Amino acid sequence: MNSISRRKFLKITGFSVGAAAAATALSPMIKGANKINKEKVKGIQKIPTYCDICFWKCGTVAYLKDGELWKVEGHPNDPLSKGRLCPRGTGGIGAVSDPDRLRSPLIRTRERGEEVWKEVTWDEALGYIADKMQKIKTQYGPESVASFSHGIGGNFLKHTLKAYGAINFAAPSFAQCRGPRDVGFELTFGEAIGSPERTDIENAKCIVLIGSHLGENMHNTQVQEFANAVQNDASVIVVDPRFSVAASKAKYYLPIKPGTDIALLLAWMNVIVSEKLYDVDYVTKYGFGFEQFAAEISSYTPEWAYPETGIDPELIRNSAREMAMHKPASLVHPGRHATWYGDDAQRSRAIALLNALLGSWGRKGGFFYPASYSLPGYPYPAYPTSTKEKLDNPGKKYPFASEEITTGIREATISGNPYPIKGWFIYATNLIHALPNEKETIAAIQNLDLMVVVDVIPSEIAGWADVVLPESVYLERYDDLHMSAFKETFIGIRQPVVESPADQKPNWWIAKKLAEKLGLGNYYPWNHIEDYLDHRLRAGGLSLDQLKKEGIIRGPKPPIYFEDGIVPEFPTPSGKIEFYSLQLQQAGFDPVPKFKKPEQAPSGYYRLLFGRAPVHSFSRTQSNRILMDMMDENEVWVNQDVAEKWGLKNAQHVRLKNQDGVVSNKIKVKVTERIRTDCVYMVHGFGHNSKMLKGAFGKGASDAGLVTKYATDPLMGGTGMNVNFVTFELEA
Amino acid sequence: MARFGMVIDTKKCVGCMDCVVACKTENNVPEGHNRDWIVTVVNGKFPDVNLEIQTQRCNHCDNTPCVACCPTGASHIHDVGGVVLVDHNMCIGCKACLAACPYDARFVHPDGYADKCTFCIHRVEKGELPACVSVCPTHCMYFGDLDDPNSEVSKLIASRKNHSLIPEAGTKPRIFYLT
Repeated sequence: MNSISRRKFLKITGFSVGAAAAATALSPMIKGANKINKEKVKGIQKIPTYCDICFWKCGTVAYLKDGELWKVEGHPNDPLSKGRLCPRGTGGIGAVSDPDRLRSPLIRTRERGEEVWKEVTWDEALGYIADKMQKIKTQYGPESVASFSHGIGGNFLKHTLKAYGAINFAAPSFAQCRGPRDVGFELTFGEAIGSPERTDIENAKCIVLIGSHLGENMHNTQVQEFANAVQNDASVIVVDPRFSVAASKAKYYLPIKPGTDIALLLAWMNVIVSEKLYDVDYVTKYGFGFEQFAAEISSYTPEWAYPETGIDPELIRNSAREMAMHKPASLVHPGRHATWYGDDAQRSRAIALLNALLGSWGRKGGFFYPASYSLPGYPYPAYPTSTKEKLDNPGKKYPFASEEITTGIREATISGNPYPIKGWFIYATNLIHALPNEKETIAAIQNLDLMVVVDVIPSEIAGWADVVLPESVYLERYDDLHMSAFKETFIGIRQPVVESPADQKPNWWIAKKLAEKLGLGNYYPWNHIEDYLDHRLRAGGLSLDQLKKEGIIRGPKPPIYFEDGIVPEFPTPSGKIEFYSLQLQQAGFDPVPKFKKPEQAPSGYYRLLFGRAPVHSFSRTQSNRILMDMMDENEVWVNQDVAEKWGLKNAQHVRLKNQDGVVSNKIKVKVTERIRTDCVYMVHGFGHNSKMLKGAFGKGASDAGLVTKYATDPLMGGTGMNVNFVTFELEA
Repeated sequence: MARFGMVIDTKKCVGCMDCVVACKTENNVPEGHNRDWIVTVVNGKFPDVNLEIQTQRCNHCDNTPCVACCPTGASHIHDVGGVVLVDHNMCIGCKACLAACPYDARFVHPDGYADKCTFCIHRVEKGELPACVSVCPTHCMYFGDLDDPNSEVSKLIASRKNHSLIPEAGTKPRIFYLT
C-alpha cells in the first residue's frame, strides 16, 4: 500500500530550480536565527515561512513593520495557499501574542490535574525527564515510553524517542479522524487519500459532499477549489443532517437521518448500476468482482433506502443520475474526519466504490495521483532494535489498521498488557479533547511514571502532565522541510520571523537537548537545525540560503491523471479496483459494505453531532485573541420545532446532559431551521477547563466531554464518536 | 473622479471571516472590535432552506448621513474614490455618526475616535486591493470604480442579479451583493 513512493521520483541529483521559483524572490531576511528581530529594522520586511495553525502547512509570508510582527499573508508561489490563507492562518500572529501561552518549563508540585506547578529551568526540566526515562528503561524497557504527536513539529522528538528505544508512536489523526477513510480507499484502490487530500475539486463538474462541510471546515486549498468549482457551475450535492454552508451551494441537498449514509450510498450505487450509468469501460478494465458486487447491491433500491435515510427516492435517483451525467469528473468527496459510527471504514469503502463506478479515481476532476519532492533523510546512526512489538493493535485485532491506534496505546496503558506503558510524551495534541471518553485517558495517566507535554498553549492535557515544556510558536522557529504530496512537487521552509517572547524553545532544540541528557547526543551530529536543513537541501542540489529567501521552491509538475500519462496501478491483492473484497471476506467482514441500522436516541434525547468552524483549529486556537474576536464560544444548534417543544429561546444558555449523565458547561442555544429535529450540533474545541487557558476558560461547551461512548471500527480501530445522545438541562 | 465600490458574490462566499481577520491585522483593529463582519440570512423551513452570507462593512454611501451629521468635519469624503473617512485628530468621539449610520458600521476606537472601514485607502492608493478583498480564499470579493463601465465591478453589477443593503435608507450604498 505504499505505491505513492513511485511518484517520489525526484531523488536528488542536480535538480535545478525552475524559473517560476526564481521569479518570486522575496526581500532578504535577517541572517541567522539568533539575530532575528534584534535590530528592529526600519520599514517593511517580508519573511517567507509556512503556517502551523492547522496541519495544512500553507506557504506564508510574514510581514514585519519596523521590526515588529505585523501580519501574515499567503505565499504567492505556494501550490497550497496560492497566495491566500484561511482565517486561522491570517490570524496566526495572534498565536504569538496570546497572553495565555506557556512561557517557562513547568514541573508539577501537587497531584496530577491540579495544575499546580513550579517554574524551572530547561536544564532542570530536561534533567528530570531524562532521569525518569532512564528509570523506566531500566525497569521496564524503553518500549514502555509511548508518544502521541500531531504535526510536523513532532519529528525531532520522535527521533530522540526512537534513539532511546521507544517504538509506540500514534497520532489522533488516524483512529480519531481520517483513518477509516484511508482504510476504505486502501481496501478498494490500494491507496489512501492522504493529506492534503488528492481530490481534484477544482476540475470536478459534480462534487458530492457527505457530511463534509467545506467552507466551515477550512482546508485552504480545498475551499479555494470548491469556490472555483461553484463559480464554474459545478453541480454540488450535499448530504448532511445539518444545512451546512456547502448545502447552501448545492443543487441537491439530502437532509439525511444521521447514521444512515451507507444505506444512501448503496441506493445510489443501485441506481447507477441498474440504470447502467456507470463507466462501463473503466469498470471492465480495472474492476475486480463487479458481478458479485452488482448482485449484492441489486436489492438496495431507493425505495428500500427511503425509510432508513428519510430521503425521498426520487431525490436519490435524481442525484445519482446527476453524478453519473458528469462522470468521470464527478467527485464523491471522501471527507476527512470520518470516525462517526464505528462502521466508518465500510462507509468510506462504499464512497470509494461509488467513485469507482463513476470512474473518477485517477481522472481529472476526480482523484489525482499526487507527486512530492523527495530528499534523502539526514544520515543518522541506526535506532536500537526491539524484541517487543508495538502494542496499540495486539494480535492485529484490527486487521486493516494501516497506522498506529492512539486508543490502543491508551488501553494498554490502563491494562498494562501486553507490557506496561509508564511514560507518555505528548506533542501538540490535546488528548482530552481529541480522544473519546476522557475518563479512560485520565485512568491511563494514573499508571504513568512520567508524563511530558510539549506545546505552545496550556491545553487540558498539559494540566495532567508532570512536566510541561513550552514550545516556540511557528513564527518563532524552524521545523523540518515541508514536502507534501499534491498536484505538483515543492519544498517549503518554516523559519523564525520573530524571537520567542519568554523562555520558549523550538522543538528541535528541545529534542536535541533531551537526547544529550540521555547520553544520545550522537544522534544529533548537527549543532543547529540550520546545519541539518542545509545538509538535506544540498543533497538535492539546493541550499538553505536559497530556500530561506524564496520560502517555496517548486519542482516539476509530473502527470497526475491517467489521461496524461499515469499508468493505472492498483496495489490491492487482485491488482484491480476491488468491487468485491476477498481480503475482507477472508478476515470475516462484508466483502461489499452492508447497512446496519444505527442505535436510536432515547426519548427526549438528540444525537450529538460536532464539526468545525472556519476560525478555529481543534481545541488549539480558542485563546488566540484575534480568532477569539471572531468566535469566542460555541453554540448548540437546535431545530426551531425542538426549541419550541422545550421552550428554548435563541441565545439562551443551557447545559447538555448525555446518556451517561455527563453534564456540559453552559452553552448558548442557536435556534435554527438549519438542522434536523433528531440531532443537535456544536463546533468542536470549546468548553476549556484548563485554568491556565484564561482567555478560553469556561467559554462554550466541550463536545469531547460529552463523547463518553464510542463505537470501535472492527476493521481498523477507529473510534466512532457520533453515537452519543444529549438532552437539555435548563437553568433554574 | 473614481467612485470606489465593492461587489461580493454570495454564491461563492462561505462566510469564513478571513476578510474580518485580515482587516484586523492589516489595520491593527483593537481587540473587541471589527471593521467588517459576517451576517448570515436564513429563510425557509428545514430542509427547504435558503442561506445568504454577507460580508458587511461601511457602505461608503453616495449620500452620507455620517458626514452630514458630523459637528467637526472629521467624517469626510476623501478626494480619492469618494471613500468615506474619519480624521482621527478632528473627531471628538460624540457618536453622532454612530447613530446616523443605518448599517451600524462604526464604533468608537479605544483612543476616542469613531472608527470604521476605510476601503483600505492606504493600500488602494498604492495600487493594491483592500486587505479583505486580497485575502479572500474564495475570491468572492471585487473592488473597483463604479463610475467606470468597463471595471469588473460595473460589469458584474450589470450582468448579475444583485442587491444592496437597506436601500430604503436612501444612502445609496456602494456595496453590492450578487445572488
